[in-house]
Amino acid sequence: MNSFDYVRPATVRDAVAAAAEPGAAYLAAGTNLLDLMKGGVSAPTRLVDVTHLRDLDRIEVLPDGGVRIGALVRNAELAHDRDFARRFPAVAEALLSGASAQLRNAATVGGNLLQRTRCAYFNDAASACNKRNPGAGCDARGGDNRLHAILGWSESCIATHPSDLCVALAALDAVVEVEGRAGRREIPLETLHRLPGDTPDRETVLEPGEMIVAVRLPAAAARFAAHARYLKVRERTSYAFAIVSAAAALRLEVDVIAEARIALGGVALKPWRAREAEQVLAGARVDASLFRRAAAAALAAAKPSGDNAYKIELAQGVVVRALTLAAAGTPERMPALPGSPFAAASGASAHG
Amino acid sequence: MGFSTTLTVNGVTRAIALDDPRVTLLDLLRERLDLTGTKKGCDRGQCGACTVMVDGRRVNSCLALALSLDGADVLTIEGVARGEALHPVQEAFIAHDGLQCGYCTPGQIMSAIGLIQEGQAGDDPERVREGMSGNLCRCGAYQGITAAVLTAQKALASASRKEVA
Repeated sequence: MNSFDYVRPATVRDAVAAAAEPGAAYLAAGTNLLDLMKGGVSAPTRLVDVTHLRDLDRIEVLPDGGVRIGALVRNAELAHDRDFARRFPAVAEALLSGASAQLRNAATVGGNLLQRTRCAYFNDAASACNKRNPGAGCDARGGDNRLHAILGWSESCIATHPSDLCVALAALDAVVEVEGRAGRREIPLETLHRLPGDTPDRETVLEPGEMIVAVRLPAAAARFAAHARYLKVRERTSYAFAIVSAAAALRLEVDVIAEARIALGGVALKPWRAREAEQVLAGARVDASLFRRAAAAALAAAKPSGDNAYKIELAQGVVVRALTLAAAGTPERMPALPGSPFAAASGASAHG
Repeated sequence: MGFSTTLTVNGVTRAIALDDPRVTLLDLLRERLDLTGTKKGCDRGQCGACTVMVDGRRVNSCLALALSLDGADVLTIEGVARGEALHPVQEAFIAHDGLQCGYCTPGQIMSAIGLIQEGQAGDDPERVREGMSGNLCRCGAYQGITAAVLTAQKALASASRKEVA
């Protein structure tokens, strides 16, 4: 690991000023950043430790019924907050399907949003990577790319975004509160992460020094609570990143879908909101063939970026299954294996 | 340039001078405080051998900067027994053969203590396995580990009922 200056600002304003310098990086729990630094993948010259900042670790219910999650709230704390999990069960399930208990106890919400891709070539300092080293090329093209992107990728980068949390947040219209040198602004979570294009090194729309201070879910997102699931297919049942995942949320009026939300994970360099699929579902009656049509719409623009054509078919299956589970109803208790296709959900056939 | 951090480790508060900001909690415990019970496996947050409790939560000590934890309360495997009396989780690991080579065991035990305190698993072996998935055991002692966690949980629950009564 390279050495670095360590600074611990007392206020968000001081943090923003300290982090705006070239080479600076924010340090929250460090569960991703320290790993990258140990591997020589990331080499910040200054760490701005935000973990001692006050008032960023609260989960607040807003007067309009929305919820504001401080950037330093731990993943486990949010997932196990009873009121939050009851109102936003797909978010809780997404959180609990990710990482391990130890990592969830440390990792923060802000850090989760800004974690880096787990593309093996990005994470290996000896491989060519346009994201790490613009213009160097991409060893994932023509390499082991079974797990890579099928949507929104470019010739310069075929990596995926690894977050589970972001997928559920994107489905539910979350908003990110950001503080920078020019003051505070709000960014829809759906537009926080950039697709790679020709500049895969530019991962988010954040300006230098801009800091995520909170994530908000609108009150309307809680209207899906009775029919909201997260489903995640992985190479092992626990403690693995998604090959493909989906957050599905339905607002049902008897058996008619008044409103639907679908977002996919593991398919692109950002959480992928599938609005075309939502339009197919809106106003329709719950039905297996409807879910298949919605899945086809969600993946209509997909194309393989390597040995991963199977992911297009797999993603459609995940969308159908996630919608089926959501329609059957949110289980009263979090499944023993959150997000797992092997988990039996109460009131739902796991093979629906 | 010098740095300092104050940590309470196994009940003892210490002001610790550091000559390098890169020191992780794991390296601090093992290399500077001579608490070598906490093990370094992968050093990258994947194996769980370095699990300790920080402010009552189980975490991977290899992925935490010691400086950043200034003011924290740390519990390691050296701090869980009461004198000669083993912690109920330690006793249960022995009773159920929850180990073979033993290298991952301190991390398994700290993780199990954390899991039981979190109170999410109940008596469901599936939930215990899921909750312990951040701790790898290359000897494959998982069946014994799961049985040990379930037994220890019962022992701790009945002990706390007695305390209340």
